[in-house]
Amino acid sequence: MKIGVCVKQVPATDSRIQIQNAEAGVNTADVKWEINPYDEFAIELALQMKEAGQGTEVVVFTIGDKGAEAKVREALARGADRAVRLEDAAFDGSDSLGTARILAAAVQKEEIGIVLTGKQAVDNDNGMVPAMMAEVLGWAHVQSVDQFEFAGDSVNCRRPAGGGKTMHLRAKLPAVIGCEKGLNVPRYASLKGIMMAKRKKIEVLDAAGLGLDPATVGAAGSSVSVGGWSLPPARPSGRILEGSTAEVVDELVGLLRNEAKVI
Amino acid sequence: MGNGILVICEHDGGVFKRTAYELLGKAGGLTSELGGSVSALAIGASNGDALGNYGAAKVYLADVGDDRGGWMTGGFVRAVEMAVKAADPAVVLAAASPAMRDVLPRVAARLNVAMVQECTDLNVVNGGVVGRRPSYAGKAFCDVQVNSGVGIFTVRPNSFEGPAEGSGSAQIENLVVEPDALCEQVVLEKVEAAESTVADLTEADRIVSGGRSVTSQEGYDTLIRTLAAALGATPGASRAAVDAGYAGHDHQVGQTGKVVNPSLYIACGISGAIQHLAGMRTSRIIVAINTDPEAPIFQHATYGIVQDMFEVVPVLTQKLREALS
Repeated sequence: MKIGVCVKQVPATDSRIQIQNAEAGVNTADVKWEINPYDEFAIELALQMKEAGQGTEVVVFTIGDKGAEAKVREALARGADRAVRLEDAAFDGSDSLGTARILAAAVQKEEIGIVLTGKQAVDNDNGMVPAMMAEVLGWAHVQSVDQFEFAGDSVNCRRPAGGGKTMHLRAKLPAVIGCEKGLNVPRYASLKGIMMAKRKKIEVLDAAGLGLDPATVGAAGSSVSVGGWSLPPARPSGRILEGSTAEVVDELVGLLRNEAKVI
Repeated sequence: MGNGILVICEHDGGVFKRTAYELLGKAGGLTSELGGSVSALAIGASNGDALGNYGAAKVYLADVGDDRGGWMTGGFVRAVEMAVKAADPAVVLAAASPAMRDVLPRVAARLNVAMVQECTDLNVVNGGVVGRRPSYAGKAFCDVQVNSGVGIFTVRPNSFEGPAEGSGSAQIENLVVEPDALCEQVVLEKVEAAESTVADLTEADRIVSGGRSVTSQEGYDTLIRTLAAALGATPGASRAAVDAGYAGHDHQVGQTGKVVNPSLYIACGISGAIQHLAGMRTSRIIVAINTDPEAPIFQHATYGIVQDMFEVVPVLTQKLREALS
């Protein structure tokens, strides 16, 4: 069984985000890119599965232009075997379902038995692609997995369920797993890994190469239109309370009750 | 093209969550502009009458078996799919909850319809609903419009005021949920109950969070949990505090933790790094307690106290106990 990992490059989480204009959205020209933090847990799980003999090969998939290869090389440097980069002008402007269709098509070309990916990408924060991929593929899916155990023809997963509850699920393979923080501690690439990554293969495929109808992906296939981009509303300036501890606490409680009306 | 709004109403053992009422109220406001009526779907609840008092003209009840306090993906996907076909709405609303995030993207893909995740506002524009939503961890907002067909919108909890309870009776329809292949593919084995009964962070209306300067798990428990209990709040933590082991990951507020939307957020010993702010910046009132006057959190706080939280928090806890008793 081959293990597929879907990764996305995103602006570093400490980036200051700038809006180009309301229609064009975020300006990514000078942004520092990183591997989507949640995808790191997926890469690590894939490598652990391969080391345990649960898969034969780790294949990394990403949608992006040549600039996206730098982050893919990082995944290869940690131990992934090869990568597939998906690029086509027809892919631009894809909504989550279009993205899911592109990745599903790429996965279907290989004998992938399990797809690991982050539960959401921290740029768009939609978190819909893993489930949609599974639906397109007709596979099982478990989201927000923070504990994972391979069981041959299925996987045992734990996930938080809200309100402090946790759920334990068994998913039959093939499956898509949306990885959550706490699943593992991602490894760093070794110097040897970085050197070896330079010779690992990154295959590039377009819509035709994937057998994808361009009308089902990209802006042409998108079910939504996005606009009205803006920065969050500025908060009104607050104030610092002065005085002894007893005085500021008294003042705070009074303000919370009478001014803010939250207690 | 469909008509009206279907609201998916979640519940805990038959008691509907605040998000259900919040969304029914919002749906009522939207339909008064859009036309059509409000219907509701309740999966695993035996009684939908309460929803009639909050504006649902029709309630679909679906039984998918004992979910033991969690949810069964296959049953839920099928139930939603069937309710959407039965109700034929223009819009589906649900909370951006763990269950809905799991189930609804599959429904959207299956029905080939639009889905807009975690809206903080909904408005009618040109006869359709537009969702305003955050991205880049809340550093940017955009408006998302559905091009055609049904739009599924999930909503961040506490985005809208709940409506006042009225009196209305809903027509009840029982949906017989057909089995789905997914029921065999994903099997719920066990649900572990929460240790405490405080509201989930993502739904909490009051939160008290601690940073790494609580210095220990004991410090976190003594300061943060005690203040939270006095306030009826849910305790939260910064990433640094979680990584140091002072609180569990499920307490983490921030970009790689939970995004919260309370009326009151008290940040104790938290500097206000960008990634933490991403998780709480929409809080209505922010109180910051930190010894460092330069801490970025003070630029976002409604009220700030530049003193040692080990001094302030016990006094604040006591004062709040008196004020709220």
